[in-house]
Amino acid sequence: MSDIILEAKKITKYFHDPLTVQVLKEISFSINRSDFVSVIGKSGCGKSTLLYILSTMDTDYEGELFIDGVAMRNRKESELAKVRNEKIGFVFQFHYLLNEFSVLKNVMLPGLKLGKYSDKEVEHRAMEKLKILGIDNEALKNPNQLSGGQKQRVAIARALINDPLIIMGDEPTGNLDKKNSEIVFNIFQELAAVYNQSLLIVTHDNEFAAKTKRIIEMEDGNIIRM
Amino acid sequence: MNFKLIVDVSKSLLLARWKQTLVAAIGVTFGITMFITLLSFMSGLNDMLDGLILNRTPHIRLYNEIQASEQQPVDLYPAYKNHHNFVRSVKPKDELLQIHNSAPIIDALKKDSRVFGVAPKITAQVFYNVGSIDLTGVINGIDVEEENRLFFFSTYVTAGNYIDLKNTPNSIVLGKGAAEKMMAAIGDIIQVTTSKGERFQLKVVGYFQSGISDIDKVQSYANLNTTQKLLGESTGYITDIQVKLYDILQAPNMAKEYHDKFNIEAIDIQTANSQFETGSSVRTLISYAVGVTLLIVAGFGIYNILNMMIYEKMDSIAILKATGFSGSDVNKIFITIALSIGIFGGALGLLFGFGLSALIDQIPFNTASLPTVKTYPINYNPRFYMIGGVFSLVTTYMAGYFPSRKASKIDPVVIIRGK
Repeated sequence: MSDIILEAKKITKYFHDPLTVQVLKEISFSINRSDFVSVIGKSGCGKSTLLYILSTMDTDYEGELFIDGVAMRNRKESELAKVRNEKIGFVFQFHYLLNEFSVLKNVMLPGLKLGKYSDKEVEHRAMEKLKILGIDNEALKNPNQLSGGQKQRVAIARALINDPLIIMGDEPTGNLDKKNSEIVFNIFQELAAVYNQSLLIVTHDNEFAAKTKRIIEMEDGNIIRM
Repeated sequence: MNFKLIVDVSKSLLLARWKQTLVAAIGVTFGITMFITLLSFMSGLNDMLDGLILNRTPHIRLYNEIQASEQQPVDLYPAYKNHHNFVRSVKPKDELLQIHNSAPIIDALKKDSRVFGVAPKITAQVFYNVGSIDLTGVINGIDVEEENRLFFFSTYVTAGNYIDLKNTPNSIVLGKGAAEKMMAAIGDIIQVTTSKGERFQLKVVGYFQSGISDIDKVQSYANLNTTQKLLGESTGYITDIQVKLYDILQAPNMAKEYHDKFNIEAIDIQTANSQFETGSSVRTLISYAVGVTLLIVAGFGIYNILNMMIYEKMDSIAILKATGFSGSDVNKIFITIALSIGIFGGALGLLFGFGLSALIDQIPFNTASLPTVKTYPINYNPRFYMIGGVFSLVTTYMAGYFPSRKASKIDPVVIIRGK
């Protein structure tokens, strides 16, 4: 049982604006350590909504969510922020790098926030992550000097900095061309295989999903395949 | 650790928009500069104007007033004790202006630990004789050294040496206005007629200029002995005892105390000159109001700039929150930004305020009524700087408070999903 790192029990969510619509209908599933899971489904099936609930950013839902065996419901906002900082790495469709900081600093920020290591160590670890992703040469550049694919790789390095329990991706290749998508997928694959990193990736790219270990398919707020 | 990170992030956000930041800081700087300058100048002016009167006014003045006896003989008669008496027959006694037992009273006052100094004084009504015309005047007989120590007599003697008044027998320091009318130069002998009709010759040793020309046309100073001689009185004759206290605020209570103790009239400076205090406090109030207004305007500038920054940095805030910064961290970041604008702008403002005050202090300011003032008066009270500093922080904090709260409440899901 200790292998289960994330567990959802009967998660239900409604959108109230403009009409009350049930987007998620009692979703239950779990993710084990070093799982590489992709969530697929048509637009509007609720897959992104589910991801944001699992990420603890969206707290307006019914049901239970356990991350690393700890219940996430009715926690304070600052406690959830701490969970996100420590246990979850994010990669979004858009890179969301801060242009005020260098690439290296962008990667370091969540690590500095965690405060587990000294500044020097965080910097060293950030360089290592950038090396894994093959962009250590760009470390001192500004994010806006990088190409789209490179930016996304920096975002992945940032997600990795605190050695998270799980990496969550919301269409991480959605903005990339074929070649860069390939690169990003290969990185994910490598992380899962070599570093035993758990990944939960929402995508509408069926080709991408087909190559992952496990596929969860959703339709109209239900899981139809997992 | 966390604090360092927050400062680091704030700094980067600040420097990314350094032009706006600068404009905001300049707003605060300008506000504080004007606040300091205005208050220093206004309070310097207040001090000067108050000094005109307050410096040479005794804190408590003991004197006798010519007034009818409070108890008329009919009141003392037992048969009419419960009647309404209106027979008033006893008139004020002659010599009532003299303070009896002045020497023991002065001794007692000098022993009082609250008293800074005591100066006796005689007021004598005279006529200055100019040819065939008599000008009314008042000669104040003073103890020259004490008068100078307590009421800065020498400051107002614009020509001649004040100490000559003590050393030269039968000498007088004429009011500037009076001297001009009498065409009396220093060293000249003038003639006065006392209220009893005696003529007396006095040597002019100096001019006196108080800053209030009506006074200068009438008043002159002589030493105690000369005045006593002038009036034909003995050496114990004194009409006023002027008391200067360590703490001016105690004057009203002590005046009452002396009135009961020595059985003479005692008036405190607050009662005698209440209009000056009102004037000063209103002027101070106005300068504070203007200063505070300037700072509030600067505060709105900061509010605007922070609001704009938050709209611009929506994405950054969202990702910071997604990667583990809590709402309160984001709040602290923006408060830090606001406060650093306040600290930077405020510190510069204090500096410029000091500079501008110092500059005004150098501007010549010559006016006939104020012989001792050569430049515009400035009061370098550290209190203004403290108030200015604190106020710049408070304003910027307030200006940052609402934008920061808004930033801390940004829902990252809305921003990220909206893309």
